[in-house]
Amino acid sequence: MPTNFPLFPQQASAQAGQVDAIYFFMVAVTAFFALLIAGLIVFFSVRFRRRHRDEIGVPIHGSLALELLWTFVPFVIAMGMFGWGAKVFFDLYRVPAGAMEIFVVGKQWMWKVQHMGGQREINELHVPIGRPVKLIMGSEDVIHSFYIPAFRVKADVIPGRYNTLWFEATKPGTYHLFCAEYCGTKHSGMIGSVVAMEPAQYQAWLDGGPADGTPVDAGAKLFQDLACHTCHQQDSQGRGPVLTNLFGSQVQLQGGRTVVADEAYIRESIVNPQAMVKAGFQPLMPTFQGLVTEEQLLQLISYVRSLSDAGAAPGAGTAAPTQPQDRSTLENKR
Amino acid sequence: MSDGHTPSEHYPGPVHGVPVHAEPGYAGLSGQVHGHVPHHPKLQHHFDDMDQQVEASTLGMWVFLVTEIMFFGGLFMAYLVYRSAQPDAFQEASAHLSIFWGGLNTAVLIFSSLTMALAVRAAQTSLPPKVQVGWIVATMFLGSVFLGVKVIEYSDKFRESIVPGPYFNAAMWTHPTGVEMFYSLYFIMTGLHALHMIIGIALMAVIAWMAWRRQFDSSYYTPVEVSGLYWHFVDIVWIFLFPLLYLIGRHYGEGH
Amino acid sequence: MEAPALNYLNNGHGAASWLLTKDHKRIALLYLASITAFFALGGFFAMMIRLELLTPAGDVTSPEMYNRMFTMHGVVMVFFFLIPSIPAVLGNFLIPIMIGAKDLAFPRINLLSWYIYVLGGLFTLVAALSGGVDTGWTFYTPYSTAAANSHVITAAVGIFITGFSSILTGLNFIVTIHRMRAPGMTWFRLPLFVWAHYATSLIMILGTPVIAITILMVAAERALHLGIFDPALGGDPVLFQHLFWFYSHPAVYIMILPAMGVISEVVQAFSRKNIFGYSFIAFSSLAIAVIGFLVWGHHLFVAGQSTYAGLVFSVLSFMVAVPSAIKVFNWTATIYKGSVSLDSPMLYAFGFLGLFTIGGLTGLFLGAMGLDIHVHDTYFVVAHFHYIMVGGAIMGYLGGLHYWWPKISGRLYSEPWAKLSAVIVFVGFNLTFFPQFIAGYIGMPRRYHVYPPEFQVLNVLSSAGASVLAVGYVLPLIYLTYSIFAGAKSPADPWGAKGLEWEIPSPPPTENFGITPIVTHGTHQYAPRIEKKEVGVV
Repeated sequence: MPTNFPLFPQQASAQAGQVDAIYFFMVAVTAFFALLIAGLIVFFSVRFRRRHRDEIGVPIHGSLALELLWTFVPFVIAMGMFGWGAKVFFDLYRVPAGAMEIFVVGKQWMWKVQHMGGQREINELHVPIGRPVKLIMGSEDVIHSFYIPAFRVKADVIPGRYNTLWFEATKPGTYHLFCAEYCGTKHSGMIGSVVAMEPAQYQAWLDGGPADGTPVDAGAKLFQDLACHTCHQQDSQGRGPVLTNLFGSQVQLQGGRTVVADEAYIRESIVNPQAMVKAGFQPLMPTFQGLVTEEQLLQLISYVRSLSDAGAAPGAGTAAPTQPQDRSTLENKR
Repeated sequence: MSDGHTPSEHYPGPVHGVPVHAEPGYAGLSGQVHGHVPHHPKLQHHFDDMDQQVEASTLGMWVFLVTEIMFFGGLFMAYLVYRSAQPDAFQEASAHLSIFWGGLNTAVLIFSSLTMALAVRAAQTSLPPKVQVGWIVATMFLGSVFLGVKVIEYSDKFRESIVPGPYFNAAMWTHPTGVEMFYSLYFIMTGLHALHMIIGIALMAVIAWMAWRRQFDSSYYTPVEVSGLYWHFVDIVWIFLFPLLYLIGRHYGEGH
Repeated sequence: MEAPALNYLNNGHGAASWLLTKDHKRIALLYLASITAFFALGGFFAMMIRLELLTPAGDVTSPEMYNRMFTMHGVVMVFFFLIPSIPAVLGNFLIPIMIGAKDLAFPRINLLSWYIYVLGGLFTLVAALSGGVDTGWTFYTPYSTAAANSHVITAAVGIFITGFSSILTGLNFIVTIHRMRAPGMTWFRLPLFVWAHYATSLIMILGTPVIAITILMVAAERALHLGIFDPALGGDPVLFQHLFWFYSHPAVYIMILPAMGVISEVVQAFSRKNIFGYSFIAFSSLAIAVIGFLVWGHHLFVAGQSTYAGLVFSVLSFMVAVPSAIKVFNWTATIYKGSVSLDSPMLYAFGFLGLFTIGGLTGLFLGAMGLDIHVHDTYFVVAHFHYIMVGGAIMGYLGGLHYWWPKISGRLYSEPWAKLSAVIVFVGFNLTFFPQFIAGYIGMPRRYHVYPPEFQVLNVLSSAGASVLAVGYVLPLIYLTYSIFAGAKSPADPWGAKGLEWEIPSPPPTENFGITPIVTHGTHQYAPRIEKKEVGVV
């Protein structure tokens, strides 16, 4: 209700304060220079106003000292702001170890959220406070952008790839979720809520609602239904590479390149298998482009992940993760 | 001093009374009398002399060619990005282009740049119009050969359904998506280049007609020179297109 | 004494003498008419947007219509108003005069570039009238190539065509400035307006071809189903963003540099004092043009671009602010110990100085990577670029139009009305766009047709401001037009300013100068000079 007049959103995440700090600094600098210039202009216009028709000004061509001063000072201030902004960015984008993961799929014009414990939400995201949460996001159609103003986080959601963002909620409450990249007719309707809860309430919410199978279970079923297991067998007899312990490892491709088997690699291998064929294997895998939805891709990825020791998805419930892993380097690869 | 046509006699000073020096000072009026000095019939009147006109025209064409570099540059950028992302697919696609036709076209264009240079030289050295026209027409002929070869190549592709879009035959490729991307870029890049060739040939037709009407000699041949610059540029673009599109991963002895 | 009866305005009558003219001054007026028409169209779309945003609900237009409104507002304002405005009207009119030439290097290409502009504009009008485009002026893929249900190809073709108008204008200016300067007009005697347009022209010729090919690829992908940016074919939608912004970021410098050139001239004229730091301003213009090509990735911080690329783009974005800061300080220093007269052009210049400072500094908020995450794609961005484009470029345009109006039209406009309009524009502008900074930081995304109720107060303030701003824009249309018919005749130099343009009659003769001037010093030298008596220099 427009009764209060906020100048900035609530600070509801661990990062919000940092972002607001640099913002207020820059507001101060802007105000300072705007007032300085305005003040000088007003002062000079009055002090040096033309007093008779033929009056002219004093011919002053310049001053190297002044030029250097007002080159150097803005440069230093600018570089300071750059460094500060970069630091805040790193903090906002480097996912801490042990972050709880949630999948998000954006599609015209809704957000589909999939928790690792199987809970699904549409246009809502329930999260616990005090725990880093990492969102792995894909799009089914066009570019969207996942934006939570109260947390000061945003990342574009782009078809054909995964982008991530993370946050740690600090204040229980309900906050706006907006789509922040124009995506068509109902772009302004692609909004929802992020509900941050005390850990106990969050657990209750997890336990309370209907849960479909976890993404891992769904992925396992898809793996059978789509006959992936016929080529990707448990031993090396299959036509395709063994997937056990694949996730997170280095993969040597045909042609010599080496890539890390992360979410993007798995996704690419399903929809465009010829792009990154593992060395020593024939490019026989058919493409599943158009045969699986983005959500199903995430489920398959969860399943493949679960086949690696290092891949147990942290975040099913509030239990501590089985193996803390810093995958920040993977996420920041792009 | 200056003659009677000084603007100072035609307007009063400024309203606010600040003296404007009407005598030589800023931009005076002690300029050069224009009158009607005899000049080359092709001198356009906003220029002071032929030298200025020639220099302006040539600089203008160079600036235009810079814009053309940026225009093709966007396509080359897209090509480089996708080729580094899918090298195998691009190699597979490139192998299906005909080195024979591509190589022939390269030779044809290089040769046409020679005939173009000779056309410029003919005008520059006041050779008879017949000679000038001859070299220009030779250039046009070679350009048309180039276009004819492109027609052959394109129709080959259409026949084999190697055309991106709904009719693309994915089954014949190991890397269908990457190959389709390659051919999207192939058709846009060579198509744009061919369009420039067509414009070049049309330009040459105009120049040939002007040469036939005896308009060019050592005192005035700027249009030929400037069109020559354009032609050489279109040639150079092909010199880049050919290895990038046709020669990926080729080794000596491999052919089509 | 009256100005000579024959001038460029009455030298030839009838439609053909205007539509087939080679005179740069007439071409400038052709552009003036067409860009004013497009400004009115873009302004209409703006009014519809602000009307809709008065209330949180979508009660004025449908979502589809709203999306087309904001798209067309952007397309028309950017490509058909801001980019041509100062160069095509004031640049065309003044550059030959300021350098002592009879015309631009290529008068027929100048006319051609107007026709190309009109043709592109017609395509865009057709797109608008057939229902419009709804992709945003940024045409992001894959929405624009695969999903949009609107006249993308027509609009894309319109923009493609108009790009060549810009390219040819830039080409013409570069060759003219290099080759047509009068004897004695060295580079460092050039008016800063000319330097500004030279830098602008470099951007026009280097950047515009890239948007041309990019928009062509979008049209090709849409029409022929080529999958350049389609992820299903291994295409990369973000590649489009790189190619698009490679031009569209420098494009904003196309929009602001000429306005800066105007400010340089106006501040000198109305302080009756030469500029403080001439070479710093001249070189800063070039620096902005060059560095401006290296910062485009700051539009992609949240798109998943590599962090290291983001760092490079961020640091360069901060660097590009420094030459602008240098200019603002130099302009302010010029007023010091000047003889300051608050005529309407000077009011616009002062407005520019304040608003450009705010607009430029708020750009730094967006260049700071960590902060950009929060404000990207919110009304903060909208406020920032309107401060620069409207508070900066349009104020520069209006200031220049007023300053040179007596020269262009041969008439004096009503100074009291002009002052009033300048104040109304300033007040209306701030009321419209300042609340948007706040709305953006609170989290209101851009391109939203409906919004949560807590944003309403700010939106109402903004829409109120827009009505005031509209009045401020309509008034000059009225009194400037009125002056053509009933204004007092202007002498050659109504302001007591210094420059080649003020030494010829108002309005100028078609050939500008009866005799080629010989230049002995730079512009805006107001103090009496001690100079050798120059006798017999013919």
